[in-house]
Amino acid sequence: MPVFIPSSLAEATQLLSTNLDAHLLTGGTDMMVEVNFNHRHPETVIALRKVPEFQQWNIDSNARVVHIGSSVPYATMEHGELAKALPALAEAARTVGSPQIRAAGSLGGNLGTCSPAGDSLPVLSALDAIVHLQSEKATRSLSFAEFMVGPKRNSRQPDEIITGVTIPLTNGWQGYAKVGVRNAMVISVASVCLAIHDGKVRVALGSVGPTIIRCSESEAWINSVGLENVDHAIAQEFGAKVRAESRPIDDHRSTAEYRRHAVGVLAARLLLRGVQK
Amino acid sequence: MSESEHYTLTVNGVERKVSDAWIGESLLYVLRERLGLPGSKGACEQGECGSCTVFVDNAAVCSCLVMAATAVGTQIATVEGLNEDGSLTDVQEAFVTEGAVQCGFCTPGLVMAVHHLLDHNDSPNEQEIKEALSGNICRCTGYGRIFAAVDTVISVRKGISS
Repeated sequence: MPVFIPSSLAEATQLLSTNLDAHLLTGGTDMMVEVNFNHRHPETVIALRKVPEFQQWNIDSNARVVHIGSSVPYATMEHGELAKALPALAEAARTVGSPQIRAAGSLGGNLGTCSPAGDSLPVLSALDAIVHLQSEKATRSLSFAEFMVGPKRNSRQPDEIITGVTIPLTNGWQGYAKVGVRNAMVISVASVCLAIHDGKVRVALGSVGPTIIRCSESEAWINSVGLENVDHAIAQEFGAKVRAESRPIDDHRSTAEYRRHAVGVLAARLLLRGVQK
Repeated sequence: MSESEHYTLTVNGVERKVSDAWIGESLLYVLRERLGLPGSKGACEQGECGSCTVFVDNAAVCSCLVMAATAVGTQIATVEGLNEDGSLTDVQEAFVTEGAVQCGFCTPGLVMAVHHLLDHNDSPNEQEIKEALSGNICRCTGYGRIFAAVDTVISVRKGISS
């Protein structure tokens, strides 16, 4: 029952190739809850906290992309350069748990767990992020839609590690909104990320379906209407269209009816914020 | 690479051996039950209450959500190590004088969170203080006396007597 703490990417992928059932761990804020409550008994763990590539991020202003390593904590995305480049990600990061959780939690963990309630995931979807995976022998890069395939299911192969994401910068407004039972320390009941690039709207929903939902019909509709024509009535209609594309369920956190209502409200609100910027 | 069952943690600057441990043990459990450091409190064990807050490599985290065996090679600081001689820090002193302690269970975690805030920001505004302490739940005080204690430390550190 070993814990491995590799100090390089090569060592990490090599360890995984010979321990395919190992749990990959970054901050641990999700998995340790299950361990503490006896819902999970890890046999082998590969802790990724010492792999330097996973801790790094950079903004490439020529290529107009941001790269964020899989273990960069949410706290780093809340303020400073990253927050300026990716305001929607900063807003989502700020809603993750508490400061203590944000000091440990990371995109690698959100992507690995792939819960539809993962706070960063609607942002990665709306911003057309690319997810990078590496095994001992090969590297793959997938669009977010290719990566997340179901509730807590993704297309990572057993010998692959999520190394990081590449997020294209947008040249328009971007924002994120989330509904939960209170302000701090809450798992989302419904969330929306809306981004504008080249005058076109993109919108992605969290916690209202088996995966993050990209609202392609609502996007096509609002882009045919034109952002310059958005007023309160158009925003309400946009909200109704987003609502129609959501596929929420009843569970212990909320009801399908409330979630459907909430994503429409959030989407309309973000659209209005976006055009007033 | 490190083995799990026997490993060494650096806690408050001292190397501490942990033997015959199960790999799933949280840092909170190891600190309290194996290393005799019960200052960090266990309440929710799911990262919601902040009573177990410690510093790992200068980041304030919930020790209940750190797998202890993965913290090998990090610098861990607990409430016991804030002042080497065991005397009260300015934050602890302010908690006492301002009456920010009632049952006391959340206090070690709050003290760590306040130290972390004020060590990185010497003049936080009200919003920043509330956000910094949003991961620490107190069910007795209603937080008023805790915020008063934070204000006192800010004033004292700036040389404005209180």
